[in-house]
Amino acid sequence: MYFLKRAAFSIPLLLMISLLAFVLVRLVPGGPFDRERAPASPEIERQIRAKYHLDEPKWKQYLRFLGDLAHGDLGPSLKYRNHTVNDIIAQALPVSMTLGLLAFGFSMGVGLPLGFITAARRGRWEDYAGSFFALLMVCVPGFVVAPLLVMLFAIKWRLLPVALWASPLHAILPTIALGLFFSGKIARLLREGMLNTMQAEFITTARAKGLSENAVLLKHALRLAVLPVVSYSGPLLADLLTGSFVIENLFQIPGLGAFFVNGSLNSDYTLVVGLVLLYAALLIVLNLLVDLAYVLLDPRVEYE
Amino acid sequence: MESLTPNQRAWQRFKRNRPAVISVWFVAALVFIILAWPVCLKVASATGENGAAFAQLHDPERLSDAQFQPPNPQHWFGTDVHGRDLFSRVVYGAQVSLLVGIVGAGVSLVIGVLWGAIAGYAGGRVDSAMMRTVDVLYSLPSIIFVIVLITTLEGTLKNWLAAVASPGFAKLARLLFLFVGLGAVSWLTMARIVRGQVLSLRHQPFVEASRALGAGPMRILARHIIPNVFGVVIVYLTLTVPAIILYESFLSYLGLGIQPPMASWGALIAEGAEQMNPIRIYWWLIVFPGGVLVSTLLALNFLGDGLRDAWDVRSN
Repeated sequence: MYFLKRAAFSIPLLLMISLLAFVLVRLVPGGPFDRERAPASPEIERQIRAKYHLDEPKWKQYLRFLGDLAHGDLGPSLKYRNHTVNDIIAQALPVSMTLGLLAFGFSMGVGLPLGFITAARRGRWEDYAGSFFALLMVCVPGFVVAPLLVMLFAIKWRLLPVALWASPLHAILPTIALGLFFSGKIARLLREGMLNTMQAEFITTARAKGLSENAVLLKHALRLAVLPVVSYSGPLLADLLTGSFVIENLFQIPGLGAFFVNGSLNSDYTLVVGLVLLYAALLIVLNLLVDLAYVLLDPRVEYE
Repeated sequence: MESLTPNQRAWQRFKRNRPAVISVWFVAALVFIILAWPVCLKVASATGENGAAFAQLHDPERLSDAQFQPPNPQHWFGTDVHGRDLFSRVVYGAQVSLLVGIVGAGVSLVIGVLWGAIAGYAGGRVDSAMMRTVDVLYSLPSIIFVIVLITTLEGTLKNWLAAVASPGFAKLARLLFLFVGLGAVSWLTMARIVRGQVLSLRHQPFVEASRALGAGPMRILARHIIPNVFGVVIVYLTLTVPAIILYESFLSYLGLGIQPPMASWGALIAEGAEQMNPIRIYWWLIVFPGGVLVSTLLALNFLGDGLRDAWDVRSN
């Protein structure tokens, strides 16, 4: 019931976000055709603007946009002339999604065990070393890791390809560069969650009943301790799946990230609004899944 | 024997935290170098021939023919594509990066605390409306917002500054923009945290007593609520500064942040990444700015963690 209500609420939310993006991107001075090769004559400018309905009053443009949206059409890109926004997304999204999912898997695969071990062995050398590594990973931004990785593994030792997206080998360096930061974050979140959960009374009860430390930690504490990580995964996945500009740029991967940035810089109204809608829709769906996971993991959680 | 106040006890806990204390020294040393180096150069350029040569060599804006030199006794961090001394650029860049981090965090502090405190204290529909706004803003990819902010208002700000102050000031427009813009996209989490704290403070006896004595909401907010959220806020602030520095580096990588010849760590790393090629590896262009950036972020994070562990009684 609660989830149906949430799903119903998401439609007006998306509409509001689309309106916000619509207005925001039109605030930028200049227009989408300012950076054309030669200053077109006013006649041609007028014709181009008429073609894209940019000469109509704003509210009319917005209604037209909503009408098209009802058919699933996000409109033509103003900058990339021969492509519609749907085209661009259809081409670039799968690439970004693949890289995003790989990076997500990597960060979970490294972060969760690291966080668990630092919490389980709290105060001992495993904790100090692990926590330091986790913190280090959080402090090294992607655009520092990526060139260093490329310099070492691709240029100096020639083990892996430098860039592009042609084979599974090409995915290794970008995945690591992208995922390292988030593994650190996830490890720290899990450690904090574990330390908080382990103070709860039911843990003392479980120990008093004679359960092995492993069973206590893995079967009981972990379920609740992982909740902050789950919360964080929602927005994290939304960011990863829609492409990371820095990594995609450094490795020349044809993903969606570049379009976010270039679209805004080029005042490509339709592209920006389309991408914002995509991102917001993804975020809403993922947050719903996160809340669902909460109910499954924590038996005390109830939604009315 | 007199017992210690909670603050003194927290301070003692903090001092026992080795990484945190080392970080304090590190940050202090960094600030000292940042402030001392320009003075050093100025003094050197005034003290005779050797001094002047030293100052010239290390002038961060001086182009030269000594391109792409690896670290050597003249240029401790090597030189970049235009033959500029990298050490100087890193130090001057540190000024910019730290300033952006601190002021940006300050801006997000002011907006976030006010928003969260008002929402938490007012409650009901006002709270609902304010937090829904936060939720909606959360769903916007922040990069678009920042680009719109920078491209829209920077031109106007430049002209205004040139008219009001001097054209020299107009150069600072981008810097001012980063202060405000980065703070403006970072206040959301601070607002949530403050709201949570205020919600739990609201029902404390001392607040109710104040209300019973006839204090109005403004007074309660100013004298009781806000001073009591300071603890959480300070801790979170020390963790926001590195986040903002990181974001500024990201923007500089995009070319939207600090413009050359002014440097910031992000801009330096971006320049270094640009020069990557399979024939000659100019590792110092990335390792040094990157290393200093990472060390500073580490220190700030250790500091923030240390403050949190010392003052937050629960997390033990």
